[in-house]
Amino acid sequence: MEAWQGFKGTDWQEKIDVRDFINQNITVYEGDDSFLAGPTEATTKLWEQVMELTKAEREAGGVLDLDTKIVSTITSHEPGYLNKDLEKIVGFQTDKPFKRALQPFGGIRMAEKAAQSYGYHVDDEVSHIFTEYRKTHNQGVFDAYTPEMRAARKSGVITGLPDAYGRGRIIGDYRRVALYGVDRLMAEKLKDHNNTSRIMDEENIRLREEISEQYRALNELKQMAAKHGFDISKPATTAQEAIQWLYFGYLAAIKEQNGAAMSLGRTSTFLDIYIERDLQNGIITEEQAQEMMDHFVMKLRLVKFSRTPDYNELFSGDPTWVTESIAGMSTSGFPLVTKNSFRVLHTLDNLGPAPEPNLTVLWSTQLPQGFKEYCAKMSIKTSAIQYENDDIMRPIYGDDYAIACCVSPMKVGKQLQFFGARANLAKALLYAINGGKDEKSKVQVGPHWAPITDEVLDYNKVMERYDEVMEWLADLYVNTLNIIHYMHDKYSYERIEMALHDTDAERVSATGIAGLSVVADSLSAIKYAKVKPVRDEFGIAVDFEVEGDFPKYGNNDDRVDQIAVDVMSAFMTKIRKHKPYRAKLQTQSILTITSNVVYGKKTGTTPCGRKEGEPFAPGANPMHGRDSHGAIASMSSVAKLPFESAQDGISNTFSLVPKSLGRTDEERNKNLVAIMDAYVAKKGHHLNINVFNRDTLLDAMEHPEKYPQLTIRVSGYAVNFIKLTRAQQLDVINRTMHEKM
Amino acid sequence: MNGYVHSVESFGTVDGPGLRFIVFVQGCGLRCAYCHNPDSWKMKEGKLTEVSEIISELVKYKEFFDASGGGITVSGGEPLLQMEFVTELFKACKKHGIHTNIDTSGDLKFNTPKRQQQLKELLAVTDMLMLDIKMFDAKKHKELTGKDNAHILEFGRLVSEAGIPMWIRRVLVPGLTDDEKDLENTAAYIKTLKTVEKIEVLPYHTMGEYKWKQLGYDYPLTGKVPPSDELVKYAEEILGKAI
Repeated sequence: MEAWQGFKGTDWQEKIDVRDFINQNITVYEGDDSFLAGPTEATTKLWEQVMELTKAEREAGGVLDLDTKIVSTITSHEPGYLNKDLEKIVGFQTDKPFKRALQPFGGIRMAEKAAQSYGYHVDDEVSHIFTEYRKTHNQGVFDAYTPEMRAARKSGVITGLPDAYGRGRIIGDYRRVALYGVDRLMAEKLKDHNNTSRIMDEENIRLREEISEQYRALNELKQMAAKHGFDISKPATTAQEAIQWLYFGYLAAIKEQNGAAMSLGRTSTFLDIYIERDLQNGIITEEQAQEMMDHFVMKLRLVKFSRTPDYNELFSGDPTWVTESIAGMSTSGFPLVTKNSFRVLHTLDNLGPAPEPNLTVLWSTQLPQGFKEYCAKMSIKTSAIQYENDDIMRPIYGDDYAIACCVSPMKVGKQLQFFGARANLAKALLYAINGGKDEKSKVQVGPHWAPITDEVLDYNKVMERYDEVMEWLADLYVNTLNIIHYMHDKYSYERIEMALHDTDAERVSATGIAGLSVVADSLSAIKYAKVKPVRDEFGIAVDFEVEGDFPKYGNNDDRVDQIAVDVMSAFMTKIRKHKPYRAKLQTQSILTITSNVVYGKKTGTTPCGRKEGEPFAPGANPMHGRDSHGAIASMSSVAKLPFESAQDGISNTFSLVPKSLGRTDEERNKNLVAIMDAYVAKKGHHLNINVFNRDTLLDAMEHPEKYPQLTIRVSGYAVNFIKLTRAQQLDVINRTMHEKM
Repeated sequence: MNGYVHSVESFGTVDGPGLRFIVFVQGCGLRCAYCHNPDSWKMKEGKLTEVSEIISELVKYKEFFDASGGGITVSGGEPLLQMEFVTELFKACKKHGIHTNIDTSGDLKFNTPKRQQQLKELLAVTDMLMLDIKMFDAKKHKELTGKDNAHILEFGRLVSEAGIPMWIRRVLVPGLTDDEKDLENTAAYIKTLKTVEKIEVLPYHTMGEYKWKQLGYDYPLTGKVPPSDELVKYAEEILGKAI
């Protein structure tokens, strides 16, 4: 076949196997960044246009345009362009850039609320249809919730649940569209449909219906591409086509789903194979290769969803988590680094920094030095890159996994995650002390345990009770998630994303923990100092007097770090006692995204000295200001949290002032590489690297217009700093910024 | 074995190669006008610290030393005043394969066989040494630090003879240590040493001033400003000729 001319290997030709294709055809690049090309005139011009629209969007209060009439489907809209003559890669979610789509399948009321908050009104007929005739995910969930689930959700002991927004975190293998063309993928699905069981039980009927939906979605994908003037029924023949085909696959997914995280996968090294072939054949130059990647990335930066104020409070700054996983090693020992691994990072120079796509480097100590130093250089320059430990993920997930959202690894096209937000373990600790009563609302949320009435809290007694509370919480939590995912499958099934998975793909049920460092420090206070609860008229501990000092998580002190390890491992064990909906594997993450602020708001004073309403630390981070022994002690504490008890990721967000990394640029790059290598060698999982001075952020708060592209890493994603709420800006500024290592 | 320690910084990036664990020992015989750690002058004010305490903290960071080509730096105060302690500490470091570095002003006379033997033992477990040459001119050195410098220059030669790699450092205070002739003479001296790998000019900063006031001392350099980038470059060029 012409499309595959020059490509090696046969396994991937016989069956759908993108990993084999990459392994057979990759051109590993071990050099430095000197080959990279700057932006073309077209790129600069298009980006200027984008920046103007961005400014207009900001001035319009956050949303420039919003569709209120046409329900978004793969084929719902006519093509939209920035400037058709200049765009090398085309396609928007609606018929215009910056126009957000109407996506009511997750919940009509959410769609209405989101529109309302920006001064729009969803067309009455659409509202009518989705209220009277077509049930949504959100309604299904609330039909099945128990009173206990509602109470736990309201109090915030379980929180951030995807019951009022799309669950996301499912990555279609968009590369398949480019490599095989849609016809082949449809033929495979047809075969799978014919080969299902002959016994019509509930599981099999559902599967047959789902495969039919997938098949239909693939057909719609072809139609959508055809509207743009492309026939994608056959494999892509050039690099430009490969990028365009792949992007169409992704575009179909974001037209159809408004998932919390709509991640891209692991595409840059795959695309390099096409680019390299075109370069070798003299069809394109390096400038043109870079231009295509710049235009592709520009499209990924313009992914937009319409979301409610509640959602924005949890996940601030309009994130979409178009996570692209870069580099890593192959299981046979060579680096999966190509020139295109550089090009995708180089977009941060050509277009300037930006939070999306969520550039995620899969770091191994064995990566080529040239690439490592380039990453460090770009991190110091832009604070827009996150790093995850390939050396601990590769043995579990192989060498063709990608990160969904912030820190969630999954084998591309072979695994998908059921996202489950998080349990607030800090609040759960207060429930242990207060006998299941909520410290804020005074409502009995948990079972009627006897409250602890001691004058001074006894560590063993608290731990015994806490264990019971976690048992109850794990039970309630998994059951709640089961309802959510059942209803999501039923009312808001990810048709095209699932079409780009193997039919028998494995589902992973993900849970999460919020407030781990609050719990560790609180238990440490109870264990090593004297903690006296101050109780209100209902007998509820609303404050704590702490006498004496205690070790704090984040200073590489085993006495408290081990408490954090034990709590997270215990909770994972309890979660695994339950049966998740449609999933075999169960994982958890230590990740809060920006919701640490909201969770803190919902949680009373804790024994560690954190006052009512104050934010938690994000993810697995130590509490602000308590990691007083420097950056490396802090990250050494976090690295102790065992990945096997949190295979959905352990997020660590890190801010350094530039001079702490050394005197010269060269020293800074080298030291940052060394920090990454050492963190990975210590089995730390994830690191968000920020390099800036506090003054820059303070100035950006006062003069946002001066910093349209100032990007910072928060918890598992990056944001435009000026798009954060003021409370979140302050939270970021108050976080520990390490002046010294 | 224990020694008087002022403080420990779990990591520094500016006191030797790579990421370094820095032990500031207490006690110094010099009284440099620009000193930014006057609280480390009096030895007995330090905290008596066991070698084993430091080592148990240090080994937690092995991965960071290995990845960065870093290790431990003993700074001060003046490490040479507690040579036996530093020697024991470095012996323990070598057992764990950790790179050792001394940041010193060279302010000790090695004029007895006992001292010379002690130095030999210390240098046997020292991977590199950073020597401050505050001034070359003996008189000016005395004005600046309270002591003349013949023994310091001699110490540099001893280290060079022992084959220990050295970095030479110079704090640059405008109008005080930036004299062209003195810089030239310093460069000429450095040239006589065989093991110098790097010369660092450290721009004077005023961050130590508040400590003098806290301790009830008059700060001798009130009103002095840090050197311009040009001045630093100028000094680097002159000293740089030595290697």
